[in-house]
Amino acid sequence: MSAPSTGLARFRTVALAVAWRNLHNFVTNPALLIPALLFPLFFFTAFAGGLSRIDQAPGFDYPNGYTAFEFAFVILQASAFGGVFTGFGIARDFESGFGRRLMLAAPNRFGIVAGYALSALARAFIVGALLFAIALASGMQLSSDAVQLGGLIGLALLVNLGAAMWSTGIALRFRSIQAGPLMQTPVFLILFLAPVYVPLPLLTSWIHSVASVNPITPIVEAQRNLIAGSWDDVGIAALVGVALVAFFLVWAITGMKRAEAAGG
Amino acid sequence: MSFSTGATGGGADRAIEVEGLVKQFKKGPLAVDGIDLHVDSGEIYGFLGPNGAGKSTTVLMLTTLLPLTGGRATVGGFDVASQGGLVREQIGAALQEAALDPHLTAREHMRLQTALHGVPKAERMARGDELIERVGLAEAAERRVGGYSGGMRRRLDLALALVHRPSILFLDEPTTGLDPQSRSSLWEEVERLASDEGMTVFLTTQYLEEADRLADRVGIIDRGSIVAEGTPQQLKSEIGEPAVEATPADPADRARLVEVMCRFSEGGTQLDAEGEAVSVRLAPGHNGLQGVLRELDAAGVELADLQLHQPTLDDVFLDKTGRKLEGAGEGPEAEQATGEREAVPA
Amino acid sequence: MNRVHYQQVYEVARRSFLRSLRQPATMFPSLIFPLFLLAVNTAGLNATTNIPGFPTDSYLTFALAVPFIQGGIFALLNSGTDLATDIETGFLNRLALTPLGGPSLLAGTLGGAMALGLVQSAVYISVGFAAGATFEAGLAGIPVLILLALSISFSLGCIGTYVALRVGNGEAMQSLFPVFFVFLFFSSMALPRDLIEQGWFRTIADLNPVSYLIEGVRSLYIVGFDAEALGAAFGICALLATIFLTAASFSLRTRLVRT
Repeated sequence: MSAPSTGLARFRTVALAVAWRNLHNFVTNPALLIPALLFPLFFFTAFAGGLSRIDQAPGFDYPNGYTAFEFAFVILQASAFGGVFTGFGIARDFESGFGRRLMLAAPNRFGIVAGYALSALARAFIVGALLFAIALASGMQLSSDAVQLGGLIGLALLVNLGAAMWSTGIALRFRSIQAGPLMQTPVFLILFLAPVYVPLPLLTSWIHSVASVNPITPIVEAQRNLIAGSWDDVGIAALVGVALVAFFLVWAITGMKRAEAAGG
Repeated sequence: MSFSTGATGGGADRAIEVEGLVKQFKKGPLAVDGIDLHVDSGEIYGFLGPNGAGKSTTVLMLTTLLPLTGGRATVGGFDVASQGGLVREQIGAALQEAALDPHLTAREHMRLQTALHGVPKAERMARGDELIERVGLAEAAERRVGGYSGGMRRRLDLALALVHRPSILFLDEPTTGLDPQSRSSLWEEVERLASDEGMTVFLTTQYLEEADRLADRVGIIDRGSIVAEGTPQQLKSEIGEPAVEATPADPADRARLVEVMCRFSEGGTQLDAEGEAVSVRLAPGHNGLQGVLRELDAAGVELADLQLHQPTLDDVFLDKTGRKLEGAGEGPEAEQATGEREAVPA
Repeated sequence: MNRVHYQQVYEVARRSFLRSLRQPATMFPSLIFPLFLLAVNTAGLNATTNIPGFPTDSYLTFALAVPFIQGGIFALLNSGTDLATDIETGFLNRLALTPLGGPSLLAGTLGGAMALGLVQSAVYISVGFAAGATFEAGLAGIPVLILLALSISFSLGCIGTYVALRVGNGEAMQSLFPVFFVFLFFSSMALPRDLIEQGWFRTIADLNPVSYLIEGVRSLYIVGFDAEALGAAFGICALLATIFLTAASFSLRTRLVRT
């Protein structure tokens, strides 16, 4: 029997094993897959289809049309909730005792966190690709070059990772699916307190103030700029995205330590 | 709506009468395969069997919650198929799940139950409090049931079944999952209901001790059919004499132990496949344990352990079905993993 | 129905209402979530009032009808989940052993849903006025609004009751949450139907009964007494109630099985 692998190799093995298992569950379980694919499409259709007349509101001057305008938000919404649903899976695992089995088998428990994160990214990629295809098929005007398209994907994946680490931290602390509302409500709030329907300058009263300080706002606006073929605000959006991920990664890691201390 | 005082319809000597009861589920198993039984008024009838034997299905049919596929049954003198409403006036039931609303208190449950049963408004609170007190839940009466222990839920379940003073009570595995103390207190209440109030009790259980302790008569059901029926004593006496189990202190004495024990045996000895114990069912007219001890002493066999096993209902079940009651519900092919016994010719 | 039946209905309705109040985790979102969305949408979509043809210059007044429907959907899901849970846990068997009749059970369940609808409506009406919404129908319109809100609660409650009797499972009931919200989103929730640009979306909104429910409530706020809008709203309520109450009665026979 060969000697057990150590350090980084073990971390990688654990991460890939956990990621594979979660992704496998996702793609083979219609109860998980279908809502994850349909919800973003539903919101995209409802917003872009039902509210398209908004592009006639005075001051609305987005060059690529309302479909593209809403696509930028919906892809972030799908990415964020994809991350939250990863947290649901973790909570279920720990509630059923499977999480304890993972912790027993994996000496490097942070590999488990990495595995969940990887599966969240993969899920976001699958959902995002479908949404993107539907948006293009429905006539969305895309002015991005290949690099800007990469930036679009990168920002969405940053949001996905941030949301996944947020909900992972909650899941590891509570280890129960009852914490579901706690995972998704703040994400829902932070998304809808951003410029969802109109650009930031067209927001009025209290929501303008809130959206101005909402970290999601620069990311949404950068997405819209990238679609329109511009690099405006992308730097600040990337910084905000990385900061969110770093912050919530610490949150998730400390959550894992709590779960360890509690014996899973 | 009259407030039932427990009067029954015709045929009151027999509270429950069942002939050829059958339940075939659509695209499912034959759950009950032609059961005949009767329960006299004031009797506690124990319906004993493993999981999946058909106990709960029988109860659901007799309480009018499941239509019969075949046969007939009368409860309280009324036909369950055609006079369901009249049957329900006579019966109370605490089914397998203590179906309670976690958001309501015990008192609120009583309020709802008494109202639905048509207890006069002026009497509802008193009746509810009386029953809550009787089952020992007075202190918890204003707490929501969601915070109750399993034993408390069962007690409330029983109390709710008694709201309209039924003459016949159906209890479907009432003590499953309860701690010994809760179980014991529920047994006491069931015994009191039968002895003091003359209530007829139809009790299903998979616990031998429960059937042994409570039931005046026991029906043993397996795979939808009754395989044995009688008083616990009658059933056990059919098996015969008690069994003696001895374990030698020195494994080398085993052969001598077997030779001595064979002299007292009826039908050969049994060897414990994993241990050294030797077990014999005593022949009639023996001197019992005393005789065995005397002979073993005379033969110079020292013992590590000696036990006398009276026949149990499990032995009855084994005799009738070839399987032990414990684990029998997991399927006929599931045998006991330990303590498997093989007969050794006398 | 005699006195006993009324008592049965009352007790079942009382229980239904109490259960809702005692589950803050479900009660709270049904009140707060619609108001939150109202606040966000009012602030976020106020610019749409500048679109030519928009019927009012206050998006709050325009959008205030939506919480009534959202609240109704939450109430539908919560009361439906409670009924489905009763089926799952066997509590319905307990009720089946009593003289409680099927119609009384349905009436009581719906009565509880309507009581909840009344509480929700009172909250939405109060918040709307406090936030400065105008109400063209005036004082005489308040009882009409309350009656319409109760009708919406009743008709949506009939849908929830039917679905609960069909699925018989609390978790399955909750998983249908998005299905009902699809009906809300593909309606005249955010824009008047004549301002919906996409033809296919407008067609869906035209065919969606939720559009007429929203427009009935909305008409009291921005027009006054619009007989056509109110007639359509009450008519849709009556139609939904008739269809789903009938369906629920049939479904109840297989759930409340008794010989």
